Amino acid sequence: MNLQAGKETIYNAEFRRSLEQSNQPGWLKSLRENAFAYFTENGFPTVQNEDWKYTNVSAIIKENFGFEASSIDAETLKIFAYPESKQTQLVFVDGKLNKELSDISALPENAVVLTFEEALKDERHAQTLKEKLARSINYDFNGFTALNTAFVDEGAFLHVPKNAKIETPILLLFVSTNNKANFPRVLIVAESFSEATIIESYARSNEARYLTDGVVEVFVADEARIKHFRVQRESHEAFHYTATAVNINRASFYDSTNINLGGKLSRHDINVKFNAEGGEAFVDGLYMLNDSQHHDTHSVIDHALPNCNSHQNYKGVLNEKSRGVFNGKVFVREDASGTDAQQSNKNLLLSNDARVDTKPQLEIFNDDVKCAHGATVGQLEEEELFYLLSRGLSENLARNLLTYGFAEEIINKIDIESIKKELDEAVLNRLEVNLEA
Amino acid sequence: MLLEVKNLHAGIEGKAILKGLNLQINKGEIHAIMGPNGSGKSTLAKVLAGHPSYEVLQGEVFYEGKNLLELEPDERAREGVFLAFQYPVEVPGVSNSQFLRLAYNEKMKHLGEEELDPLEFNDLLKERAKIVEMDSSFFKRSVNEGFSGGEKKRNEILQMAVLEPKLAVLDETDSGLDIDALRIVAEGVNKLRGSENAIILVTHYQRLLNYIEPDFVHVLADGKIVKEGGKELALELEEKGYDWVKAAGK
Repeated sequence: MNLQAGKETIYNAEFRRSLEQSNQPGWLKSLRENAFAYFTENGFPTVQNEDWKYTNVSAIIKENFGFEASSIDAETLKIFAYPESKQTQLVFVDGKLNKELSDISALPENAVVLTFEEALKDERHAQTLKEKLARSINYDFNGFTALNTAFVDEGAFLHVPKNAKIETPILLLFVSTNNKANFPRVLIVAESFSEATIIESYARSNEARYLTDGVVEVFVADEARIKHFRVQRESHEAFHYTATAVNINRASFYDSTNINLGGKLSRHDINVKFNAEGGEAFVDGLYMLNDSQHHDTHSVIDHALPNCNSHQNYKGVLNEKSRGVFNGKVFVREDASGTDAQQSNKNLLLSNDARVDTKPQLEIFNDDVKCAHGATVGQLEEEELFYLLSRGLSENLARNLLTYGFAEEIINKIDIESIKKELDEAVLNRLEVNLEA
Repeated sequence: MLLEVKNLHAGIEGKAILKGLNLQINKGEIHAIMGPNGSGKSTLAKVLAGHPSYEVLQGEVFYEGKNLLELEPDERAREGVFLAFQYPVEVPGVSNSQFLRLAYNEKMKHLGEEELDPLEFNDLLKERAKIVEMDSSFFKRSVNEGFSGGEKKRNEILQMAVLEPKLAVLDETDSGLDIDALRIVAEGVNKLRGSENAIILVTHYQRLLNYIEPDFVHVLADGKIVKEGGKELALELEEKGYDWVKAAGK
């Protein structure tokens, strides 16, 4: 059984309208058509699918989302912008580029940040798009990636040319408004020896209900270095899905930090593939959930070739009736000798009603490797709690401070001061701690 | 009397460790509690601070005339009881100065006195840090995270200096310290001793007592005090070893 498979849905009419109006090249239109056909046939994934066992998305079907972009004033958006990327940002509202709020004037000349629409007008960029789009994750990964691919429109295209070192972080901000479905699509191509930092941020204008269904593809060429911060702070009423697919080439470096704070029901798939020798990847994350929030991170790290290192550190903080899911697959294939793969998933349950299902999976087909994985689910350490109590801190404050410390390890990775500060505040607020530092 | 322990029996996980301990402490006094491993020294320290794993089986403890055992650990702390840990805990993500200001202000709030803002508190912290020769680089670092053994112990004494307890229990504060760190810690404690507070030094060795001179020495064996005396008892113990008192206890 598949959800809505074969049925006429709210997406049909909009898909046809959008495709007809589009002046995209033929290859893209047929990609979109194939993707939509896949979605029509398969629908959204169901809990019968092993990878979706714990995450039931059937509630999304009942929603009657619209597709028109709303307008948001600059003032509202200010809180989501960061001074470090003020002039290197693209802002999308309900999936459409908001020109007024976007500003890439501080971008170095050799860097390219365009919407797909603009990129397709340039022969060279159009060629790159054609070669790379949907090549690290195809539409048939699942119903969400299919629907996203079917709705490829004003995506964000980032091209970091050979040897370019972009010091200013580039912000891609996706804001959603009430009762909308939007489909963020990002293609990042970092050529050899290049360096860049990318912030991918999801935010809400208010506590609205909507669907974000995003796909982000990252190609890291030989000896390039990419830092990628993904910050998901959707409304607590929202549905959120994103797939991140990363291709790592010879001796290149990819460092990702994924912060998941928002969403009523959210899921992040992150797939990292080593395509050549000597690559290194950090895939870290935090999910911090309250009330009846549900978050699911599924990751696949694929060591196909020798001498690559992967480090994965995910932490979960679950309060009230929230539910977390972590599934981390690491494949070490026959040819991947000299692999070093480390994976850790630690979860802190702050209430008796919270629950987490964690499943680290290592599949190793080579003997010459160094691999370790571990998952823990627990409460705060009694000894740590007692230490704080013995200094006169109330039990509530002590617990919250330790919880903050637990989450802080991941947030601390973010070396962009304003984001780190904002996240610290968000976490502390949630914990009702005032450090007034 | 600041602290009165009467016939205290206490243990952990169903096992009795303290088996009828009596102790009386007045303000202005320093008491050393010595004894071999397993004699119950650290248990006494933890029971006084209210560690939840330890169970009081029998007896009473009065602190300033109040039943100490009825107070939660944080209440005890705000009332002026302080435990310097043998193994201080790391608190990642929270800076030393933030942590100390929170603790300080919780106490001030409890006493109905004025809380300090970060700037005011920083001045106080700088002043107190001199006591244990700590420079301000320690303030920004996360509590005990990445601290050496000696730095952790100095940090405990810094906390004591900020919180100004009436009763400080120092649990094996000398363990794992090199000679310089031991001197700094001991000098810090000496600066903090006064007529309005009392200090309990829990220690296995006499070494610490060369630097901090106790008024009374109590020797613990098998959960009871088996010998008491002045500072000279520590020297005698050093010379004769714990077998001497263990025998005396039987």
